Amino acid sequence: MKKWNLIIDVDNCTNCNMCTLASKDEHVGNAFPGYSAEMPKRGAEWIKIEKKERGQTPMIDIGYIPTMCQHCDDAPCMKVAKNNAITKRNDGIIIIDPEKSKGQKQIVDSCPHGSISWNEELKIPQIWFFDAHLLDKGWKEPRAVSVCATDAMKSLKVDDKEMQKIVQKEKLEILNPEYNTSPRVYYKNLFRYNKCFIGGSVAIIKNKIEDCISGANVKLCKNSQTIDELQTDDFGDFKFDKLPANSGEYEIEIEYKSIKKSIKLNLNDSLFLGNIYI
Amino acid sequence: MNKIKFSIILLGLRLLLWWQSIVHKKFKTHLAEKNFTAQIQVKDKSVGRWITFNNGNIISSSGFHKKPEVVLSFKNSDVAVTLMMPLVMAFLFKKSINQLDQINALKDFNLTLDGPDEFTLWFTQTLMKTQTNGLKHGVEVGDGVKRFTNMTNGGPVFIYVKNDKIIRITPIEFDDSDPDTWSISARGKTFKPPRKTTLAPHGMNWKSMVYSPDRLLHPMKRVDFNPSGKRNQKNRGVSGYERISWEEALDIVTNEIKRVKKEHGPGAIVNSHGSHHTWGNVGYYLSANFKFINALGMSRVHHNPDSWEGWYWGAAHHWGGSLRVGQSETYGTVEDLLKEAEMVVFWASNPEGTSGAYGSFEGTIRRKWLKELDIDIVHVDPFYNDSCQFLGGKWLPTKPTSSPALAMAIAYVWIKENLYDKDFVKNRTIGFDKWKDYILGKDDKVEKTPEWAAKETGLSAKDIRALARKWGNKKVYLAAGGWGNGHGGACRNQTGIQWARSLVCLIAMQGIGKPGVNMGNLQWGTPVDNNFYFPGYAEGGISGDLHHTAMSVELFQRMPQLPSMNTVEQSIPRLWLPEAIINGKAEGYVWDGKSIEAQFNKVTYPKPGYSPVKMLYKYGGSMFGTMPDSNRHIKMYQSENLEFVVNQSIWMEGETKYSDLILPACTNFEREDISEWAALGGYAHHGQTQLNNRVAVFQHKAIEPLGESKSDYKIFSMICERLGLSAYFTEGISEIDWVRRIFDSSDLPKIISWEEFVKKGYAVIPPNKKELRDPLSWNWYYENRKKDVPEPMPLPSDYKDEYLKGIQTQSGKIEFEASSLKRFDAEDPERPPIVKYDPAFKVNKNSKFPIMMLTPHPRFSFHTQGDAKDTFINDISDHRVRVDGYDYWVIRINSRDAEKRKIKNNDLVKVFNDQGAVICAAQVTDRIMEGSAHGYESCAKYDPLGKPGESVDRGGMLNLLTPKKSQIKKAHSMGNSTALVELELWDKKELKNIKSQQKILKAAE
Repeated sequence: MKKWNLIIDVDNCTNCNMCTLASKDEHVGNAFPGYSAEMPKRGAEWIKIEKKERGQTPMIDIGYIPTMCQHCDDAPCMKVAKNNAITKRNDGIIIIDPEKSKGQKQIVDSCPHGSISWNEELKIPQIWFFDAHLLDKGWKEPRAVSVCATDAMKSLKVDDKEMQKIVQKEKLEILNPEYNTSPRVYYKNLFRYNKCFIGGSVAIIKNKIEDCISGANVKLCKNSQTIDELQTDDFGDFKFDKLPANSGEYEIEIEYKSIKKSIKLNLNDSLFLGNIYI
Repeated sequence: MNKIKFSIILLGLRLLLWWQSIVHKKFKTHLAEKNFTAQIQVKDKSVGRWITFNNGNIISSSGFHKKPEVVLSFKNSDVAVTLMMPLVMAFLFKKSINQLDQINALKDFNLTLDGPDEFTLWFTQTLMKTQTNGLKHGVEVGDGVKRFTNMTNGGPVFIYVKNDKIIRITPIEFDDSDPDTWSISARGKTFKPPRKTTLAPHGMNWKSMVYSPDRLLHPMKRVDFNPSGKRNQKNRGVSGYERISWEEALDIVTNEIKRVKKEHGPGAIVNSHGSHHTWGNVGYYLSANFKFINALGMSRVHHNPDSWEGWYWGAAHHWGGSLRVGQSETYGTVEDLLKEAEMVVFWASNPEGTSGAYGSFEGTIRRKWLKELDIDIVHVDPFYNDSCQFLGGKWLPTKPTSSPALAMAIAYVWIKENLYDKDFVKNRTIGFDKWKDYILGKDDKVEKTPEWAAKETGLSAKDIRALARKWGNKKVYLAAGGWGNGHGGACRNQTGIQWARSLVCLIAMQGIGKPGVNMGNLQWGTPVDNNFYFPGYAEGGISGDLHHTAMSVELFQRMPQLPSMNTVEQSIPRLWLPEAIINGKAEGYVWDGKSIEAQFNKVTYPKPGYSPVKMLYKYGGSMFGTMPDSNRHIKMYQSENLEFVVNQSIWMEGETKYSDLILPACTNFEREDISEWAALGGYAHHGQTQLNNRVAVFQHKAIEPLGESKSDYKIFSMICERLGLSAYFTEGISEIDWVRRIFDSSDLPKIISWEEFVKKGYAVIPPNKKELRDPLSWNWYYENRKKDVPEPMPLPSDYKDEYLKGIQTQSGKIEFEASSLKRFDAEDPERPPIVKYDPAFKVNKNSKFPIMMLTPHPRFSFHTQGDAKDTFINDISDHRVRVDGYDYWVIRINSRDAEKRKIKNNDLVKVFNDQGAVICAAQVTDRIMEGSAHGYESCAKYDPLGKPGESVDRGGMLNLLTPKKSQIKKAHSMGNSTALVELELWDKKELKNIKSQQKILKAAE
């Protein structure tokens, strides 16, 4: 049985918001009986782009992640829904019936991902339902996917085994694995949102002239073990990424020709060490 | 013989009208609009036929009616047959009528039309309707939904409509019948763009713009404006409006036009329009509005080259290109960059954030290829911009307005370390030694070292040196501004002219035109077919205006139309429009690209012998949001010198409510038009090279105009009707007939039939074969060959050596020391013949306004278009932020600056200086360097909390705070993309106090 999945590559999301706008275009002012009532014109966040800014000027990075209903296979919302208000289709898509779900605010609260939005006017919970109304009419992908200029968002209809192969191959992750909800939305390069980096610029002052040091060897050590190693670039920059936040003490060892320098640090959030003169 | 033919044709015409009224219900309804008799005849009355329209019925007979309201006369039967035969036969044979014959007959008075305009215009438009009745518009897609097409500033779209309501708007997905696209092979990979169009956020926002609660649905009059009594000009912006009928509105505006012309003389009416409009070659401002200006005779607001300032007033003196507003050629650069370049320097260049102005996200996929090829990237910008975020690479933040100093330090390193193309500099440029002396400090005793530049820019000297070395050792593309070849970026701040000039010097030192060394960021220069003609919007559409549009380049010969000319030669430099109105005087320099020297012409207002302006006809857009020190504009509107202000607009926004009369225009989704995506023409010749696929569109009238709104064309023609000018303005035809004329003028008929085009709504123009692709820009120059890229510029007389040899400058070479500036004013300290660095602002710890606020082009709206008005984009937290139910404009502030001021994310802050104050929502970030702030330049809303023009604004109009000063005195150049400001937490009590004061005032009234 082929089922729908969504793959979001954080590396390619620029926060252009075309996915959020296309969803508004599709659902504001339009009700699709059996699928959904209208989306409120303002404020509803069926798709929401979260931002993580990492580092300090001038070594920073910004990761954006579009979030939406995760179409979980083990969906907490279904457990609290009364009156069979929520159904899981054979193709993996979750639909909240706009009639049956009326007044059931507990559905909103049940979602650990915070992906269900409450329509205050109609008193119903609403989600981004993969534009199932269009897929059922032969459209190849949801509106949000079709307007993405960088292919940061891709929809894929494959059987679950095939999907797991892709997850392994592409090193995909899910949001909040601790909730054990088996989401059908996967993320690539999620480290730009949920991991940290340590960076710096290696420089030297000779005869009062300041210069970048390229090709310096830089080691990242933890508990006296080298866990990563790289060379500085043309600007003397180095950057160790994908480190967990609040992961404690690290040591940076810089070696250039015969000069050695080491820096100890405690990593809470992404850190740019600034200019390091050797 | 022709007499018999003519009488048969007249009978045929009668039958045609009758038959179509039976077949086409809409036409039948149309015929019922007017009751009158039209006589068609030859002048000597040897042949004639009259047609009476009576409640939708047609009564007709050969011969002569006693009292016809309309008389259409041909000089003789020969003329009549020539002109009428195609009208009747074209319908049968599906051929278009010969417009040139029609127009020549009008010009030579072989064809005359007498009668009141309300009948004559209707009569000719009705005859023309026989040519378009029965065309199928759009495609049925089931469930009663029809798919139409249209064009936005953000790209072409499908519009799905059911029961006259827009369901959805999407980009265009090509089908199997559409041509394949091009591909490029580079470094072992093959790249091919997807078979669909992209759309910018402001394009995706259109459904909410069409149905915005701020749509103007009826003509309105300011409640305390009385054209025959008290006008109360001072209350503009304060008083409310009342709904009036179109009849009353048209009476007021036409009476005022007549009165002002008679009371004050020529020049007393001025027309002011924005730099953009809703898309379409018929409805665009350079088209219908220019024809209207010329039909009535109006003073013009002379625009400055708003997005090209530094290139036009600066760069053009070094490398020519005045007809590209001083920007570089762009042909073939996508392929060359992908194949050859080793590094790209983005310098104040954010194509991801500005969508190439009209190019949507077309360049995005190409920059993704850049990422895939792992080509080195550097970004020079005070702001960690959207392209930086997408592409990665080294971010070098420079203080706003300081980056010319960086350019000079780079040149210093290249000179000292022999890292430039000496052969090129020796053989293909002149004046290098002069500039070299300046760089090395031989004339001012200041060496432009990295250490010197570090102090100016805030960068480290080591980073400047590293950049210079890396650049000097690689093949590098320089990307300046959003388009990569100029446009936007740092050219719009107070050192914009220095910036553009110094970048020309840098790329010249590296041998521009060598494979891998050029200007660009993959935004322009795709291998689309530039030999396929479709008129760009700058070609003037239906304007017939050969003077103020690029029509003479090609369209005028291709599309027969009446020429039009403005008899009023008075113009006002736009930067000084408020001063002109308030003080009665202004001067500036012209924006005219025909030669480098044209920019030395001075404009003075008032022009001798003309009346000062007394009436303002404002058309579209809100200039409040985009013009520097915009409180000036508010004061202008409240001046008694303006006796009458009419505003023709789609929405009630910032500027609209400063008028006496409001005429509601409809959007491009509610009228018919034709256009090609990103086809700009004129100063942006071959703008389609931004695209992956060229797409021309029939802009369907997807829904009926909302309320009583009407198309601009219709509004202009109704006014002209009352002035007896309708035949001149419309040439007797409707918008769809103009669309047909433009279709016929283009190369579209070679690839699609008119009928199919109207139905399907779009045509994809096939790309050239690989071997026919355009040559690489500047490569001809680098190799000292004749110019071989397909641009008709410079003009032939501007060549010095032999036609097509060399560039537009006096020497025909790139000039480090500009001959044109030596000739004009060699002693001008603001613009000396070699470019020098002169800082714009001196900020220190004691400065009252220590923050340099950057106000670049916006990312989510198209200038003011799309902003506010309760549209979708206002939900984007990088556009506006809702605090206490109000959508505030966003100001980005560095985390350290914020900490000092105790400002947190989403706090409301007051951004202020001596000119005014604006309330914004703060976004605390490290994307902007310390000492700087960042907020977009153009909001559509102006919401003063007290007296307009003098109080705090919470609409977000940051241009209240920007400097009005021209970058240099001897130009007409905005320099408002950086301003000095201070920020502080805003005490919301101020709002409460003001609200309660307003209540008290209202109660007192």
